Amino acid sequence: MNSAWIYRIAMAVLAVSGVAQMPVFKRYGIASIPGFGWTADYFFTHRLHYAAAALLLFWLARRLMTGGPAALGRARLWLLGVLVLTGAVRVLKNLPDVDFSPLTVMLVDWTHLAAAMAIGLAALLMLARRRADARAPINRR
Amino acid sequence: MFKHIAPNSRITRRTLLKTLGLGGTAALLPDRARAAALPASGGETATLLDLSKCIGCGACVQTCREVNASRYPDPVKPLPTLLPPGTRNEDFSDKRGDDTRLTPYNWLFIQSARVDGKEVHIPRRCMHCQNPPCANLCPWGAASKRESGTVSIDAEVCLGGAKCRDVCPWQIPQRQSGVGLYLHILPTMAGNGVMFKCDRCQDRVATGQLPACVEACPQSVQSVGPRNELAAAARRMARERGGYIYGLEENGGTNTIYYSPVPFEKLEAAVAKGPGKPHLASVADSMADSNTLAWAVLLAPLAGAASALLKGTKRILASREAKGGSHE
Ligand code: SF4
Ligand code: SF4
Ligand code: SF4
Repeated sequence: MNSAWIYRIAMAVLAVSGVAQMPVFKRYGIASIPGFGWTADYFFTHRLHYAAAALLLFWLARRLMTGGPAALGRARLWLLGVLVLTGAVRVLKNLPDVDFSPLTVMLVDWTHLAAAMAIGLAALLMLARRRADARAPINRR
Repeated sequence: MFKHIAPNSRITRRTLLKTLGLGGTAALLPDRARAAALPASGGETATLLDLSKCIGCGACVQTCREVNASRYPDPVKPLPTLLPPGTRNEDFSDKRGDDTRLTPYNWLFIQSARVDGKEVHIPRRCMHCQNPPCANLCPWGAASKRESGTVSIDAEVCLGGAKCRDVCPWQIPQRQSGVGLYLHILPTMAGNGVMFKCDRCQDRVATGQLPACVEACPQSVQSVGPRNELAAAARRMARERGGYIYGLEENGGTNTIYYSPVPFEKLEAAVAKGPGKPHLASVADSMADSNTLAWAVLLAPLAGAASALLKGTKRILASREAKGGSHE
């Protein structure tokens, strides 16, 4: 599969399963739409989040090895770095017998959430800019 | 390496971080509770409840209510109107006296049942799971588990989404609307109060005291100590007195261990269950599947690196072949 598509699919699944970790799909009726019941299954979406995280990490490592850090761009490298590190702490925390202090847990969770939101925002901005760029030559004509 | 850190093995945080080359990270993440509630021998603290001794007097429940009364919620009224329509508030503030179930105002209650001609009373509260889904899956970092084995929810931080109750095999945490952080964020659109449950009197324990319910019991039903010692004691009791144990394996192991003179299947069939009245059925480890997948997550970067190397090798081989071909 094309490498960019691995990244897009991993990020899309991470976004949906990540939002599903918050109690919103049930409250806002998404889970009662036929075929969407799974969005309110915390354990299922948690496993989905892990599977997509594995895919992202696979892609990231391959990309960094083949293209070097420059291939990602500095902003994305930073955001993904924070996302991956805080995510890794959360994965470790969930293992039996691994406990961090409540303050650490809270700060890591908030940072993970903030990094995810920043990445989502950056992706939207980039899309908007691309659209504007695509339109620019037409407008000039 | 992987033999050392099999998903189900019991390893300390330090061993794991060291194995993963993160020893330095461990130093940055101190568990401030460590000194407080950890027994000198290290490891998790558990409580063992000998149900053959409990007379159901309720002194433990009464004490829990008195000692923790200052931490009970005091909601603002009227409670916020929630969106979307149909989202309900949960309000126990008019039922503060109810001690027949778990509520935000009652973190311990006595379940009773008559089995095999014996009257059995079971003090029920949070089980303090060894690998608690409530704390692991809290998306907001409000619930956490200490190295001491205590699982607590920070009332200042909790948004009341009740995910902890949904993922708890016993639906222990109880919600009170109209209190907490959500009132200052998006009170109508997100959050719905604060979740409350037993935190093993961590403030008392931090000052060297015993949990209030343990101290108040006239029958000395509960013992407190290192989990491995109490687990061994429970097994010995079961062997010598022919009783039954609950909590050693439940949800991957809990730090609340019940010893009963009658089988738990019979107690489970006999006790009243429902909201705030947890069951006594056996429970599989709810984190097991995620923790198996965790190894895929931790190994994925290696697989990615290997695939990059493979790609590079293939390219070199291909270019060599091409060069070889051009010589001909
Ligand atoms: S019994 Fe429920 S609330 Fe208590 S630690 Fe286990 S999962 Fe959490
Ligand atoms: S340990 Fe403390 S909070 Fe928990 S049930 Fe006993 S008295 Fe209540
Ligand atoms: S105080 Fe002791 S004997 Fe009385 S109900 Fe509680 S555990 Fe049972």
